[in-house]
Amino acid sequence: MSTLRSPGRPSPLLRWRAAGLLPAAAFAVVAAVASPLVFVGVQAAQAGWDQAHRLFGRPLVATLLWNTATLALAVTFATAVLGFGAAYLVERTGLPGRRWWTVALALPLAVPEFVRGYSWVSLTGSVRGYWGAVLVMTCSLYPLVFLPVAATLRRADTAAEEVSRSLGRGPFATLWRVTLPLTRPALAGGALLVSLYLLGEYGAFAMLRFTTFATAIFSQYKLGFDAASAALLTLVLVALALLLVLLEATTGRRGRTVRRATAGRRATPARLGRWTLPALASLTALVATALGVPVYALGYWLVRGSSTTLPQASVLTAALTTLGYAAAAALVATAAAVPVALYAWRRDSRLARAAERAAYLPRALPGIAVALAVVYFAIRYAQPLYQQPPMLVAGYAVLYFPLALTAVRAALAQVPPGVEEVARSLGTRPVAVLARITLPLVLPGLGAAAAMVALTASTELTATLLLRPTGTETLATRFWTYTSGLAYGAAAPYAALMVVLSVPPVLLLTRRTLGADPRTETTR
Amino acid sequence: MLRSLRPFTALSLTTACLLGLTACGGSSGSEDGSNASSASNGTSLKGQSVTVYSGQHEQTVKALAADFEKRTGIKVELRSGDEAELANQILQEGAASPADVFYAENPPALTTLEEKGLLAPVKPETLKAVPAQDSSPKSDWVGISARTAAFLAAEGKHADTAPPSSVRDLAKPEWKGRLGIAPGETDFAPVVTRMIKTDGEDAARKWLEGLKANAKTYDSNEDLSAAVNKGEVEGGVIDHYYFYRLRDEQTAAKAHAKLHYFAKGDPGALVDVSGAAPLKHGKHAQAAQAFLAYLASAPAQKVIATSESYEYPLVPGVKGKSELPALDTIGTVANVADLGDGKEALKLLQDTGLLA
Repeated sequence: MSTLRSPGRPSPLLRWRAAGLLPAAAFAVVAAVASPLVFVGVQAAQAGWDQAHRLFGRPLVATLLWNTATLALAVTFATAVLGFGAAYLVERTGLPGRRWWTVALALPLAVPEFVRGYSWVSLTGSVRGYWGAVLVMTCSLYPLVFLPVAATLRRADTAAEEVSRSLGRGPFATLWRVTLPLTRPALAGGALLVSLYLLGEYGAFAMLRFTTFATAIFSQYKLGFDAASAALLTLVLVALALLLVLLEATTGRRGRTVRRATAGRRATPARLGRWTLPALASLTALVATALGVPVYALGYWLVRGSSTTLPQASVLTAALTTLGYAAAAALVATAAAVPVALYAWRRDSRLARAAERAAYLPRALPGIAVALAVVYFAIRYAQPLYQQPPMLVAGYAVLYFPLALTAVRAALAQVPPGVEEVARSLGTRPVAVLARITLPLVLPGLGAAAAMVALTASTELTATLLLRPTGTETLATRFWTYTSGLAYGAAAPYAALMVVLSVPPVLLLTRRTLGADPRTETTR
Repeated sequence: MLRSLRPFTALSLTTACLLGLTACGGSSGSEDGSNASSASNGTSLKGQSVTVYSGQHEQTVKALAADFEKRTGIKVELRSGDEAELANQILQEGAASPADVFYAENPPALTTLEEKGLLAPVKPETLKAVPAQDSSPKSDWVGISARTAAFLAAEGKHADTAPPSSVRDLAKPEWKGRLGIAPGETDFAPVVTRMIKTDGEDAARKWLEGLKANAKTYDSNEDLSAAVNKGEVEGGVIDHYYFYRLRDEQTAAKAHAKLHYFAKGDPGALVDVSGAAPLKHGKHAQAAQAFLAYLASAPAQKVIATSESYEYPLVPGVKGKSELPALDTIGTVANVADLGDGKEALKLLQDTGLLA
């Protein structure tokens, strides 16, 4: 079992050839997406020691750190269990309606961030506090684990699992000893995205009346207008993020590298037997809570809110604007992720890996810090583009780069070993190898990356308000305008439209990430 | 292979098309970089533009901007957002800021920018239009409208039948578990600042400690209002207009909350001002002054008085909504100089652990 090899290292010749342009591009991208860290550093340096002492000397700081840590731990664990469990049921068992379940399980991604917390609270006040936050965040974030794990399971060679079973191991032993280790990189990657997101998240927790370390950062921005103190506190989140990234680097790498299924056959699915009903019931419960609650709340306000008006023409304009920006952000972030992932994949050096990991850190920053960083750099170094459309696209790309990177990385991991050298040895030029061999092979991954970024960017609010061209309205800003005036009925159509628009990317995502049936997948 | 390339190509094309659309609909740029037309009357400013960063109720400011454009021919580039985020943005933008006017919800945001030297003086004629105490003592911003702190109570509950006459009472043990507050709101800090001014820092600290023991904390006044309406808590301190907006949304049948005012002279009977300021580094100083002069004029004040934002106009002679109790029956307008930049209040809120 231990002889499964990692993707073959390209030959020294290829490495040497690639030494020029690719690293340059990769480092340029990492420098750009990590620029918010520089901003945080610059701002924090403006705060004195006294300020630092006062900020960190408060007993509340320890409580908040504890809240953030315990919440991140619980939610990451819960999403890992749910994400893996759901992926296993869908990909490795004879569960009825597998295809349908795949889509339904991914759909909670389509629920806008700010609708999540709001919809739960409007339904019941009992979701407030720690357990409420765990519940709501788990329901919203488990697809980040489910999708990559399901993708790995679908593509992975099932021979190992079959051998395990033929040697007399029961289905549970096989699940624990063979299937789980197989998905470890995907599981670790998904868990990293979940935990980093939780560090910097503020809005949903505020709604759930649960204070985390990010709450303290927001108080500094909101009531103190004090970016220096806020940055000082943000450094703590960066340190935590560093810890998580290192943790993922060790656990994720120990996993066995997945061999792509070449024989083009599926393992005989594990028979659920009397477990069929409990399995169906738990998946139904999961989808009903994760998707049902937000949809119900939106429906309620659409029907009952007295400020509900017929959708005006502005809905259409806002929808088109949202689509345009989301698509642009998806393209830019995905294109930027390619050199970074490719560089780290080809050159498995410590430097390359470090660069790749550094790109994940900004994910832990609160949205307002990232947005102000873009303001800071754009107005100094790209003044003509300030508050122009490219600035908002850049903001989205920086915010969601880690999502794109994860998807592209996962796709590259599936590329058969040595394929680039074979092409090179046949006399194909490096650029042609990239364009005709490598990129087409990772294309499903690129699609998944683009869909993921488009999906999240289309519902983004904080950075949108700060970075949009003056006068530009997206669905999220319209929603914000009405809810901050308490006109939930008028706001609901915008949120509903966001959900509806998110469905195609989710469908694309499930198709791209998971691919078609392995049979058609491997006979190109 | 080609088949799988197609969605990506389609995506690129869609993007290009949509961005083209967006760019056309977006900002029209600043065509009047020069300050050649420096005449002081409005007519010569026609065709200029003024960029307004506004943290105020968006629907109302939009109506104001449209009316201003019609009257002067000056184009308003309106940037609506959260007042605190906009203030932070202006701080980061510094001298390069494209903003000409900042229209805030509460004085602390304006005072912070004033302290950092980012505001320019408002024209004296504009300042004269509103009572002197409603504008910055350094005359860097002018008061435009007012709101009052009030007590929202769940209908029929004890908090409604026997509402507190003083905001000080809310720290008493009898309110334990019945109260809600939104200490993170920019509207709440002025009440704390006022408490510090009237009762002293120690008393204010004790009061906050009492509130902390008694109250559930909410993220925003919107959440708090909804919680009171649902009976999740018996009552809470909010700005008066949240009640009216809530009532409009819920319709009379579903609104289960009532508004009570604190006794006149109480620190809770606080009348707070929303103001606007010209920015020192603005590129359209004349147009900015024209916009401020308009905001403090009778026509603009009438727009504010009749809008769904339910705020009080400040210009004498312009009447507020008839359903609102007259401002002078509620309380004294807090001297804005006393409200400061909110730093003292923030420190106290953090010290007592009400705020992170």
